[in-house]
Amino acid sequence: MFAYCSDPATLESLRWLSCYLTTGKHVNLYYSVVTVLVLLAITAPTALAFGFAGATAARSRFAPLSWLGKGYISVVRGVPDIAFFLFFVIALDQAFEWIRHKVKCPDWTEPVRQGNDFIVCQAAKLPLSESPQWMHETYGFFLAVLTFAIVFGAFAANVLFGAMRAVPRAQIETAEAYGMSPRQSFWRILVPQMWVYALPGLSNLWMVLTKATPLLFLLGVEDIVYWARELGGTALPRFTDYPHGDWRMWYFLVLLVFYLGLTKISEVFLERLMTRLTHGQATTGGEAQRKAAA
Amino acid sequence: MNCWETVQAYAFRSVGFGERLLPKEDFTLCQQFTLIGSGMIWNVYFGALALALGFFLATAVALGKGAQNPLLRKLSEWFIFLFRGSPLFIQFFFAYFAFLSLKQVNPIFDPFTAAWLGALIVLFLNTAAYSGEIFYGALRSIPKGDVEAADAYGFSGWPRFRRIIWPTMLRLAWPAYTNEAIFLFHATTLVFFSAFPAWQQRGDALYYANYFADKTFNPFVPYPILAGYFILLTLCVIGLFGLVNRYLNRHLPQENRGRLKLRMNIIR
Repeated sequence: MFAYCSDPATLESLRWLSCYLTTGKHVNLYYSVVTVLVLLAITAPTALAFGFAGATAARSRFAPLSWLGKGYISVVRGVPDIAFFLFFVIALDQAFEWIRHKVKCPDWTEPVRQGNDFIVCQAAKLPLSESPQWMHETYGFFLAVLTFAIVFGAFAANVLFGAMRAVPRAQIETAEAYGMSPRQSFWRILVPQMWVYALPGLSNLWMVLTKATPLLFLLGVEDIVYWARELGGTALPRFTDYPHGDWRMWYFLVLLVFYLGLTKISEVFLERLMTRLTHGQATTGGEAQRKAAA
Repeated sequence: MNCWETVQAYAFRSVGFGERLLPKEDFTLCQQFTLIGSGMIWNVYFGALALALGFFLATAVALGKGAQNPLLRKLSEWFIFLFRGSPLFIQFFFAYFAFLSLKQVNPIFDPFTAAWLGALIVLFLNTAAYSGEIFYGALRSIPKGDVEAADAYGFSGWPRFRRIIWPTMLRLAWPAYTNEAIFLFHATTLVFFSAFPAWQQRGDALYYANYFADKTFNPFVPYPILAGYFILLTLCVIGLFGLVNRYLNRHLPQENRGRLKLRMNIIR
């Protein structure tokens, strides 16, 4: 990257390090850090949406919908999540291909499952075999996001379901007394008020979500764990200008510190958010704020 | 090979007894049930041992966090933050490679790079941090009257801790601690998916479930089997912890005895 990097063998330690840390492969590592952050940024709202849908379904008065919501919540929560991660990636992939297979090749007669193979017609392959590399990577990433959203959506649904029930009954009764329909009282009274009850649970969930991101590695995405293993391993002088011993321990130490930092920042941020949301609420926290201001 | 022979061949495969080669083709349901069940031995081993050992460190950490001495307090706080603030997955990787480097220095560290010891240490420290935080919370919510009554009876020091504070702390922490235990058992599935190698294909339940899913390209059989085993294990844990809960609450009037309320696990 820098001009003086042309002959690494002559450099002293600090400049050597600055060259070493800016090689092409290290840039990949930094990209994967961005991948993790992007994953968090996409997954958190998606999971929240899944959770909201699950929670509203679970409290629906239409029984099958309510069973669906409750079933979703309890099945996903009862099983080790990494089993779900491993399961959903294959299952979702096969589901998508199967649907495309049914739509695109209706005159295909052979069974899709032949012994140990899962065979769909060429046109139904996802992504198409001739599509470029980045399509494959994006598809893998998309599957990962969807898997995360399904699993964490169930946890979020549980939190939101509890939060909706925690909103004082009197608030809804007042809304009804003002002549609001169930739909109106849900959107105008219940939803704005539930967040303060949901936040402790949701912030807990956020912490868990940040800590679940290394599992991307298991889903076959080239994430930070992959690159840390790759870059940390012993590098022989034959293959690189920057030979070193087994540094994987140090790479993972850096990852550990990265996650600790992420946790610390989240803690501070969520604390502030809680203070803001509590403002003006009919809770002990809100009352304490009112007294402090007066 | 009929089913009973399969059970004989593979029931203890995960700990190195029985058939050496894993089934390669024509996978039967029986094989999947047996091998995944065999892998559960490791999950139970890791979970039970880490929990049993971690319990004592957790008590110490909780007391340390509540201590007057600033050094002890900071030390405990940092310990808890370190293990609760970072992913277990990364902790496994770091520990494995750290042990690998130590092995170069001294061959004493040889067994540490194997899962049975290395992963156990990580799980032990991890659960100690999580339960330490739970115990600390319980320690702070011990009713003031209980401690005052103990003082009035002339209890102090160790007897006061042993007879009053500790049992009350456990009683208050127990529901949350049960969740932590369930959680830990689920977390044991990560061991062979982080760096720790499954020597001679002796892995845990998820290792075998993944093996079958990879070979058959059909996730719809092995993972539900795994899920079934884990639901059974979870029910056992709930049952055992429920018995202890009843024992801890035996002095309370009937309607005050809280039933265990359980929130299921999330990844750590």
